[in-house]
Amino acid sequence: MPIKILMPTLSPTMTEGNLALWIKNEGDKVSPGDVIAEIETDKATMELETVDEGVLAKILIPEGTEEIPVNTPIAIILEEGEDKSQLEDMNLNYEKSEAKTEITATEEIIPNQDLVSSKESAQILDDDILNSDNGNPNATSNDQSRIKSSPLARRMAEQQQIDLSLINGSGPNGRIVRADIEALSSLDTPVGKNSPQVYKDEHSDFEIVPINNIQKVVARRLTEAKQEVPHFYLTVDCEIDNLLGVREDLNSRAKNNEFKISINDMIIKACAVALMQVPAANASWSDEGIKIYKNANISVAVAINDGLITPILNNANRKGLLTISSEMNELVSQAHAGTLTPDQYQGGTFSISNLGMYGVKSFQAIINPPQGCIMAIGKVEKKPIVKNDEISIASIMSATLSVDHRVVDGAIGAKFMEAFKTLIEDPLGMLL
Amino acid sequence: MTNKKYDLIILGGGPGGYVAAIRSSQLGLSTALVEAEHLGGVCLNWGCIPTKALLRTAEVYNLIKDSNEFGIKTENVSFDLEKIIKRSRNVSKKLNQGVEYLLKKNNVDIIEGWGKLAGKENGYNKLSIENDNSISSTIESKNIILATGSRARQLPGLESDGKMIWTYREAMIPEELPKSLLIIGAGAIGIEYASFYQTLGSSVTIVESLDRILPLEDKEISDLAHKAFEKRGINIFTKTTVNAMKTTENNVKVVTDLKGDNSEITVDRVIVAVGITGNYENIGLDQTSIEINKSHIVVDEWCATGETGIWAIGDLVGPPWLAHKAEHEAIICVNRIAGVEESEPLLAENIPSCIYSQPQIASIGLTEEAATSLGKQIRVGRFPFQGNGKAIAMGETEGLVKTIFDSQSGEIIGAHMIGSDVTELIHGYSIAKTLESTEEELMRAVFPHPTLSEMIQESVMDAYDRAIHI
Repeated sequence: MPIKILMPTLSPTMTEGNLALWIKNEGDKVSPGDVIAEIETDKATMELETVDEGVLAKILIPEGTEEIPVNTPIAIILEEGEDKSQLEDMNLNYEKSEAKTEITATEEIIPNQDLVSSKESAQILDDDILNSDNGNPNATSNDQSRIKSSPLARRMAEQQQIDLSLINGSGPNGRIVRADIEALSSLDTPVGKNSPQVYKDEHSDFEIVPINNIQKVVARRLTEAKQEVPHFYLTVDCEIDNLLGVREDLNSRAKNNEFKISINDMIIKACAVALMQVPAANASWSDEGIKIYKNANISVAVAINDGLITPILNNANRKGLLTISSEMNELVSQAHAGTLTPDQYQGGTFSISNLGMYGVKSFQAIINPPQGCIMAIGKVEKKPIVKNDEISIASIMSATLSVDHRVVDGAIGAKFMEAFKTLIEDPLGMLL
Repeated sequence: MTNKKYDLIILGGGPGGYVAAIRSSQLGLSTALVEAEHLGGVCLNWGCIPTKALLRTAEVYNLIKDSNEFGIKTENVSFDLEKIIKRSRNVSKKLNQGVEYLLKKNNVDIIEGWGKLAGKENGYNKLSIENDNSISSTIESKNIILATGSRARQLPGLESDGKMIWTYREAMIPEELPKSLLIIGAGAIGIEYASFYQTLGSSVTIVESLDRILPLEDKEISDLAHKAFEKRGINIFTKTTVNAMKTTENNVKVVTDLKGDNSEITVDRVIVAVGITGNYENIGLDQTSIEINKSHIVVDEWCATGETGIWAIGDLVGPPWLAHKAEHEAIICVNRIAGVEESEPLLAENIPSCIYSQPQIASIGLTEEAATSLGKQIRVGRFPFQGNGKAIAMGETEGLVKTIFDSQSGEIIGAHMIGSDVTELIHGYSIAKTLESTEEELMRAVFPHPTLSEMIQESVMDAYDRAIHI
């Protein structure tokens, strides 16, 4: 049965969106998790993933089309064994039914897999960048006629073997003009102006990836954080055998996989409880003074295609593991679907970033200003340890806290890490 | 008493100023324009416009003088100088009223008086307005555009006296036709007056200190112009200077080396046309961070001066000193102030320049010499008026169209024209250069036949050895 892909509802208030870009073309095979298009609203540009497997048989709405109402069919996927003739019979009109195709890349949330930083985490997507154009409007692989460029720029690009689709034009309406080509050429011309032939070959050595607005904001904030915040770092190694045991026990109570608590869920809870025990660590720096928060709103780093977002698990101190787990599932799904609203990822009092599933032993994350701390979790590995003067084996997980020294000093940071480690190593403490 | 506040104040109502005011209004900003003399500035009242009216008379007169060629008998042809001048004044007056109408239509407050920057208060820039040497009011705005234009440059020891030694102003309203006229300076203004006065019958001599007339134009065009003017009886002396002038009641005795030594020649009148100097004096710049360089205000590519909120455009800033450059700067500047993003800074290479003598001269972009000295590999195409059907039919076979390309990219580097009506043709190149067209688009565009404009296409084709009509 051919599957209709509909214009998704990226936020509760969204009524229409622009189809900014088709990433997949007609005839391309698609697998669950593949990004097939970019949808633009007035708040953000989000990637549209498919959960279906098959072939993108027909694109109904060309890229660049604006103001498409939500739930409008935008493409059709044919499953294996189906062919195009089946498209004829389809009703390709606006459907009121819930769009179910675009949510989540993964159906089963695997512990530690999704809560990932591929780059250091940062609070991104300030409102000021969400209104502008995202991505490169010219990036179409085969359709040269859609690329706006002046005749001169086109010829210069041809002569210098520059792919126009990789350039963001600075001319009227994004037109690529001479200055844009000259800017590229000037990057690596070893000889003077009189030898235009020279840079022909060098351009095949690299590819220019345009920087979108989200990346620009992230870059700016990360740089600011590293330059202005006096970071220091505290590391503890936690024995998590008990934790693993408790987790297994809890999950065994789930009937038909109705829930699956992950190690990360437990780390979130442990941080939240520890923050209540050492409130001075649940703080942020402001001009008015150090703000000490009453609740632990934990920003959890999630890797999405081409970027990173930190949905917030609010009031983690007041939620049980089950709630935390299901909320995290929901937030991660939304993150992948691009449906997080700004209040869901802006704010937070404390951050957690986990690179354990990539085999990273430990790392030092960059603080998300104005938060005071960020916890970086590494991988779990079995190691020999000394217990009661004897060698035994334990599952060790390294946790490094990056701290803003203006907000939290060494003693407070250490106290927090001690509390955290105690809770991780003895999870029942979280019940108190 | 609080001063009236505006979103934008413009000092000067010439082409820079009034265009800025209208644009400002279009963007919804409350605007005031302060003008001390007359709306339209030099351009409308004592420059571009009246000279074009005068030169039109010269054109008509020349046609009548040649009427026999066209089969028309004319006899006893004469002219009425007063009427010629009056017509040009009326043209100015009409446009001056037109500007007033446009400003009122756009709800610009027109304030008469001499404006001066008067410091800052609470983040607002103040402008005092003087009438009869006393301050009549002060207005304020976060942004003020200075557009006070320029005046004729004077040579020390050779200053104009407004009676016998003229600047462009007096030359525009002669009470009687000088029998002999010396023009110092062979730039656009000098050449235009030479053309006008020679047509009416004055014996005209041009003296230029550089090695050719129209030194800013392409050399090939300067040389053709030189020959054309000499053919009409204008005496031209290049690499020649004037050393002293003495006026008597009826004439001017000029000490010059045009005869090789420092001999004295006597002429009825002299026109000093050695350039312009910006009107930056007495407008309150001393208390600001505004920088002056060679009598013009220094600005960045958006026309911002060194003082926050103070901008400057037109003849008051750097070259080229052309009305259309002022108009474009006006719009770019106002857009910038209003936060409208559509503008880009002006590229000098895309600003055309026109001289309305006979023959006319028009150009845009780099001269052949400039392109070569920059190390560019170029292709040059030429087409003579003699080869163009319309030119022959019109009886205007004197002239040349020249187009210069970058041989690698096909970029239009420059275009230079001399001949009848070329000032009305150069915009084709403006459009092509702004669009970054190459020779391909100029070859592919369909030019109507029979027109002079076809020469543009033929010169382009000539650059690529594909001309059909030569």
